[in-house]
Amino acid sequence: MGLMPGVLIWSGRIGRRVVGLVVTALIGALFAATLVRLAPGADSDERDFDPRFSPASIHALHESRAADRNLARYYVTYLRGLAHGDFGVSYSLKRPVRELLADRGLTTLRLAGCGLIAGWALGLALAIVATQWKVGGMSTFTSGLSAMLLCVPAALIGLLVLAARAQWWWAIALIILPKVYSYTRGLLEKVSTEPHVLLARAKGLGRGRIFVWHVMPSVLPELLALAGISVSLAFSAAIPIEAVCDIPGVGQLAWQAALGRDLPILVTITLLLALITRAANAMADIAIAALHGDAQREATV
Amino acid sequence: MRNVAIAVLTIIFVVALGADVLSPASYKEQFRQAPNAGPSAQHPLGTDELGRDRLSRLLYGSRISLMLAPAAALLATAIAAGAGATAGFLGGRWERTFLSATDLSLSLPWMLFLMTVRALLPLDVAPAVSIAITFLLLGALGWAGPARIVRAAVVAMRRSEFMLQARGSGSTGFRIVLVHLLPNLKPVLITQFLISIPVFILSEANLGLLGLGVAEPMPSWGSLLRDLERFSEVRSNPWLLAPAVMLVAVVICFQIIARPKDLAT
Repeated sequence: MGLMPGVLIWSGRIGRRVVGLVVTALIGALFAATLVRLAPGADSDERDFDPRFSPASIHALHESRAADRNLARYYVTYLRGLAHGDFGVSYSLKRPVRELLADRGLTTLRLAGCGLIAGWALGLALAIVATQWKVGGMSTFTSGLSAMLLCVPAALIGLLVLAARAQWWWAIALIILPKVYSYTRGLLEKVSTEPHVLLARAKGLGRGRIFVWHVMPSVLPELLALAGISVSLAFSAAIPIEAVCDIPGVGQLAWQAALGRDLPILVTITLLLALITRAANAMADIAIAALHGDAQREATV
Repeated sequence: MRNVAIAVLTIIFVVALGADVLSPASYKEQFRQAPNAGPSAQHPLGTDELGRDRLSRLLYGSRISLMLAPAAALLATAIAAGAGATAGFLGGRWERTFLSATDLSLSLPWMLFLMTVRALLPLDVAPAVSIAITFLLLGALGWAGPARIVRAAVVAMRRSEFMLQARGSGSTGFRIVLVHLLPNLKPVLITQFLISIPVFILSEANLGLLGLGVAEPMPSWGSLLRDLERFSEVRSNPWLLAPAVMLVAVVICFQIIARPKDLAT
């Protein structure tokens, strides 16, 4: 009996996130359709200037595109295509956008995934060492390194990694690291002075035990929120890094599309990344709620 | 630290502003007999592959980046102040709409969104127009984060005692905003403005490195950094690093200044 309200609260919570995702997709699709439709030259193609086509054929071509002129109708057609996984055809590469993304998606996923893992592992480790095990000079060094990395553009970090002949994902890791480090360090320093931690220290608990049982549970929700944001950061950083390092991923495709004004590719990637970001943030929110045990509390009130 | 950062920034600003006087040549003047030349008395940082003086381009590029990043930050802060203060003050439906709009805006990958909007506009525009487009876009798209902070500050103020007292003494909405809200928002807005400047400098650098920023022959830090793509030459020509060093120094200074005073000392 007592479980039912909890289940309802959780269903509502997850439902709200799903609605948020759907709204993002719909607004994103409207934005995408508007951009593609209003882009200069969207109503014509090279066949309009082909001398082999008669005026009647060109008129027929214009008529065939007439349906697309109405933005509302174009939006519905676009949405129907999206629902079937049809993201349109690239203007410059003359291939379906879905095929292009499938070819390159894995490279970007690997780059962003490995970079995220390495960036988080290093950022967390350095922040923990700097705040919990105050090794002489280590804190100054890590803070200086982190501040320096925050001041370098992503593309330049990509070039540095290329020059060092390191694995490409190091570039993403070096972009994620300072953000994780500075945020985690701030959190750990704040929590370390809170009364429950001071009490645990006064009781004579070991440093490791205090950290695992008293400090980490307090900072975990904020770290989960940062994890959601860092997914978006990693994918955004992949664009300049893939472009300057000549990595054949989705980021490089987006860059080439921007230079070639290939809007079907650009708006599809924007839409997909917006959805990934919303999904990552939603998962982080749900995990935070689960950690706090809000559902149980709210259910019993 | 804070005073050192202010001093360094002031020097760089003055040097960039005095580019017309301090530069050995114009940023677009070509010395065709000396392309890719090393440092000399005539060209202290050498010349690029088109024979243009690197120091002159760095000074003019600094002027563009240093003048326009604050302008873009001002625009973003103004939009954030307007939207965030309105949503926070009116509350209810306005606040919910505002939060949904910022959620959506923040979930868009910034770089990609910028590239998409930039791609919609012609790439072969006049250099001056490309500068305006680049920084206007940065300013117009960078409002969401600061706006949420402004809204949170206004919500906190709305519930504060001085606001209740102002309402109780018969002040109307417009007077409350003008006399009580905005003056108290000043520290938040100044911090958001200072935080936005390095963000826009770095964004312009990324766009410039990708060839989507300020158009040639006009220099900016982003376009100057493209020389580093030939990274094999950097070891033998370390002066190629000058724009990167300048950019990192300026961003560090802005970050130190934007930090709370007790942390920056």
